[in-house]
Amino acid sequence: MTAFLVVLVIILFGVAVWQMNKIFQMSKTSPEKDTTEIANDKDNNVNGYLMLGFVLFIYVLSIVSFWKWWDVLLPVSASEHGVEIDQLWLISMVLIFVVGIITQWLLHYFAFRYRGKKTQRAVFYADNDKLEFIWTIIPVVVLAGLIIYGLFTWTDIMNIDTDDDPMVVELYAYQFDWRARYGGEDNTLGEANVRLIEGVNQLGVDGSDPNAQDDVIVNELHLPVGRKILFKMRSQDVLHSAYMPHFRAQMNCVPGMITQFSFTPTVTTEEMRENEEMVAKVRKINEIRRDNSKDLVAKGDEPLEPYEFDYLLLCNKICGYNHYNMQMKIVVESQEDYDAWIAEQSTLAATLQKEKESK
Amino acid sequence: MSANAHVPAVDHEDDHGHHHKQTFITKYIFSTDHKMISKQYLITGLFMGIIGIAMSLLMRMQLAWPDHEFTIYEILLGKWGENGVMDPNVYLALVTIHGTIMVFFVLTAGLSGTFSNLLIPLQIGARDMASGFLNMISYWLFFISSVIMVMSLFVEAGPAAAGWTIYPPLSALPQAMPGSGAGMTLWLSSMAIFIASSLLGSLNYIVTVINLRTKGMSMTRLPLTIWAFFVTAIIGVVSFPVLFSAALMLIMDRSFGTSFFLSDIYIAGEVLHNQGGSPVLFEHLFWFLGHPEVYIVLLPALGITSEIIATNSRKPIFGYRAMVASILAIAFLSTIVWGHHMFISGMNPFLGSVFTFTTLLIAIPSAVKAFNYITTLWKGNLQFNPAMLFSIALVSTFITGGLTGIILGDSALDINVHDTYFVVAHFHLVMGISALYGFFAGVYHWFPKMFEGRMLNKNLGYVHFWVTAIGAYGVFFPMHFIGMAGLPRRYYTNTNFPYFDDLTDVNVVITVFALITAGAQLVFLYNFISSMFHGKIGPKNPWKSNTLEWTAEVKHIHGNWDGPIPHVYRWPYDYSKLNKDESDYVIPGQDYIPQHIPLQDNEEELDH
Repeated sequence: MTAFLVVLVIILFGVAVWQMNKIFQMSKTSPEKDTTEIANDKDNNVNGYLMLGFVLFIYVLSIVSFWKWWDVLLPVSASEHGVEIDQLWLISMVLIFVVGIITQWLLHYFAFRYRGKKTQRAVFYADNDKLEFIWTIIPVVVLAGLIIYGLFTWTDIMNIDTDDDPMVVELYAYQFDWRARYGGEDNTLGEANVRLIEGVNQLGVDGSDPNAQDDVIVNELHLPVGRKILFKMRSQDVLHSAYMPHFRAQMNCVPGMITQFSFTPTVTTEEMRENEEMVAKVRKINEIRRDNSKDLVAKGDEPLEPYEFDYLLLCNKICGYNHYNMQMKIVVESQEDYDAWIAEQSTLAATLQKEKESK
Repeated sequence: MSANAHVPAVDHEDDHGHHHKQTFITKYIFSTDHKMISKQYLITGLFMGIIGIAMSLLMRMQLAWPDHEFTIYEILLGKWGENGVMDPNVYLALVTIHGTIMVFFVLTAGLSGTFSNLLIPLQIGARDMASGFLNMISYWLFFISSVIMVMSLFVEAGPAAAGWTIYPPLSALPQAMPGSGAGMTLWLSSMAIFIASSLLGSLNYIVTVINLRTKGMSMTRLPLTIWAFFVTAIIGVVSFPVLFSAALMLIMDRSFGTSFFLSDIYIAGEVLHNQGGSPVLFEHLFWFLGHPEVYIVLLPALGITSEIIATNSRKPIFGYRAMVASILAIAFLSTIVWGHHMFISGMNPFLGSVFTFTTLLIAIPSAVKAFNYITTLWKGNLQFNPAMLFSIALVSTFITGGLTGIILGDSALDINVHDTYFVVAHFHLVMGISALYGFFAGVYHWFPKMFEGRMLNKNLGYVHFWVTAIGAYGVFFPMHFIGMAGLPRRYYTNTNFPYFDDLTDVNVVITVFALITAGAQLVFLYNFISSMFHGKIGPKNPWKSNTLEWTAEVKHIHGNWDGPIPHVYRWPYDYSKLNKDESDYVIPGQDYIPQHIPLQDNEEELDH
C-alpha cells in the first residue's frame, strides 16, 4: 500500500513538473493581451464530458463504498429505542440518497448538455415564481414530515418515565477510565461529590448516606437483558461522553452536573456474538489480526490474541492524551446471571469498612 | 459639536487626480488601498492554509498507519515525533490547530477578507472602503493574530490541544493536558485579536455597502457577491462579540480564579475550589458564534459562485430575489440553530426539540439556492473556465454535505453519530470543501483584477480542479462509513482495541486520497506564484462580465477609476438578453450588457 502511494505521489508530482515546465515555456513567448487562458470551445467540450464522467464517478464511488464497506457498519440495535432510531435513519437515508442522486445528475448533466459552443445561444431566463414556489414547498412538506417523526422519536427517548421502575446505574468518568455504580438493593444512589474523594472512595460517595451503604462500584458494566436502565452520568475532571454505539446511546458527562440517559438492552452479549453480521465482522477482524500477528512474530514479539466481541462504552468527547483508550466493557446477560454477578461484588459499606480495618 | 460638522463633504470623485508618491512601505506594507489589503489577506490566508493542510496530512498518516514510523514526524514535530512515532498529545494539538487555522484564518479571513476587500469597492463603484485606515488596522490585527497562532506551535508544552471548540474544563486546566498551559493562553490571545480584526473589517464592509454605492446602484442591483459579503459582515458583527465574551470569561477562569465554566472538579489528586460554573454555558456561548461562523465561511463562497456561474453560463442567475431572500433567511436562521451542536451535552431535551425544528428549517433556503444554481445552468452556454468548474463542484459538495446535515440536525439521529467521523465527513464537505472551492473559484476568476491583468494558467487550473474534485470526494465519502461504524473522532489511533480493526482499509484509502489531493494544491501554488510574475496579460474584461470591477483600470491606481465613477443603469445579470424583436442580442454580437450601459431603445425593461 505504502509503495503504491509513493509511486502515485511521484507520478503526480512528475506530471505537475512537466506541465509547469510546458507552461513556463509558453509564457515566455506570449504576446500581450491574449485570450489563450480563457476557455475555448475545445476546453468546454473536454470539461463538459469530464463533468458527465464526474457524476458517474460519484455514483461508482457510492456503489463501491457500499459494496466494500457495508460490513463495517454497526450491527442491529441492541436496545429497544435503537430500533426506532434505525428506522428513522433508514427513512432519512433513502430520502437523501434519492434527492442526492437526482440533483447531482441534473447538475452535472446540465453542465455536460449545455457546454459552451461559439454557435450556441443561452436562454435569457431570469425567474419563474411558480417553479420557485414548487421547490420551496416540496422541501417544506418533506422536512415537516421528518421533523415531526424525529421529534416524536426524540421525545420518546429523552423523556424518561420513572414509573416503570428503571434500574439506576451511575456512569462515572475520569481521565482516563470509567466506573459504574449500582444503587444496590434499594436501587437508590447515595449522594456523592468530588470533595469527598479519599482513599478507596474513588467516586466521592458520601459514606454517611444510608442510601450509599449498599452501592456497588465496579469497572465492568453488567446489565440484565430486558430491564430498563436509567444511567446517571457524572464526571470528575473534564467533559467526557458516554457513547454506547451498539445501544444507539450517548450522553455527555459534565463536571458539576448529573446528566442522564435511559434505555432497555434487548440483546445479550452471547446472542450478539452469534448474530450473523457480528460473526462475519469478528471473523474479518480476526483475519486482520492474524496477518498482523505474522509481522509481530517475525519481529520476535508476542502474537495478538484472537478477538471476541463485547459491547463497549467509549469516551466520545476529547478529554486528553489518552482519550483514544478510554473504554469500559459492557456485558448484557440474563437476570439470573446478573443477580449472581452482582451478589459477588462488594458493597461500598464493606469496602469502606475494610479500609478502616487495614489502617 | 465638532467644528468640522458643517464643512461640506468633499466630493470624493474629484480627488483622483493627485496621486502622492508612495514609498515601498506605504504601498506594500502599511497600505490603505483595498486592493493591496485584499492581496495581503490572500497571501497570509494561503500561508496559513499551507500550515493547516500540512497538519491534516500528518493526522491522516497517523490514522492510516498507526504502527509505522515516519521520519517526517521527527523532522516536523521534533520532540513529539521522536523516532518517527507521533505523541498522542501532539495529535490532539494538530487536530486543534488544523481546525482553528482552517476555519478562522483561511476560510474567514482568507476568503471573506480577501474578496470583501477586493470586490466591495470595485463592484459597488466606490473609490475605496469607507475607512481605509480601519481597513489597514483590520489586516494588521489579523496578521498579528496569525503570528501569535503560529508562535504558539513552538511553546515548550505544546500548542492548544483541546479541540478547536476549546471546551472547558479541558481547555481551562493545565493539569488536564499540557496544551492547556501557555499554548492555550496564546490561542486565546490570538483569537481575541482576530475577533477585533474581524469586527473592524465587518463594520467597514457594512458601512461601505450602505453608503458608498455609485449612482443607480440600488440594493436590488447589487451583484450577489456583495449581498453575500454584506450579510456575512452583519452575522459577524452579531456573533463574534459573543465568542469574545466567552474567551474573556475563559481567560478569567484560567488566570483569576473565577468559576464561570468550572465546578466540582477533582484533578491531579486535588479538589479545585471552583464551584457553580457550567461547561454547558461555555458550549452555548461558543456555538452562538460557532454556528453562524459556518455561514460566515460559506455565504461568501456562495456569493462568489453565484456571480461566476451566471457569468460563465452566459445567463442571468435564476431567481435573483429568491437568492437574496435565501441569503437573508440563512443568515437569520443561522443565529438560532446553535443548539444542534449540543443535543447530547446535557441540556434540557425540550431545547433539543426546538433546535431540531430551526435546524431543519435552514434546509429550505439552502435547497432553494441549490435548485436555483441548477436552473441557472439549464439552457446556458457554459464556459468551463477553472473558476466555473470550481463553482459547479461547490454546488455538488454543498448538496452532498447538506443532505447529511438533515440527518445530523435531527436530534434523535444525532445521538448515535454525534462526534463520530460521520460529523467530520459532513462538515468538511458542506463547509470546508465547499468554501475552499468558492475560494479557488474566486482566485481563478479575479486573479486578473488582483494582479493587473495577469491570468492564471488554465491548463494547470484544469489539472488542479479535476484532481481536487475527485480527491475531495475520495476523502470524505468513505469517511461517512467509518462514522456509521461508530468510530469516535479525535482518536489518536483506532487500533488500540480490536473492535475497529476492520476500518484500517478505509482509513488507508482516505489517507491516500488526501495525499494526492494535497499534491494537487502544489500545482495551484506553482500556478499562483508563477502567474503573479509571468502570467499572460488577458483582455480588460476577460470573462465578459457585467459587473463594474471590469470597467476599472487594469493598472492599480488609488481610486480605482481614472475618470469619473461609472453610473449604473441595470442589474448585473443581463447576459444573453435579446432585443425586442428577438433577432439578436440587445448589443448586436455581444451577449452581455455591463451595468454601466444605459437602457437601450431596442430592449424591454424587466423588473427582476
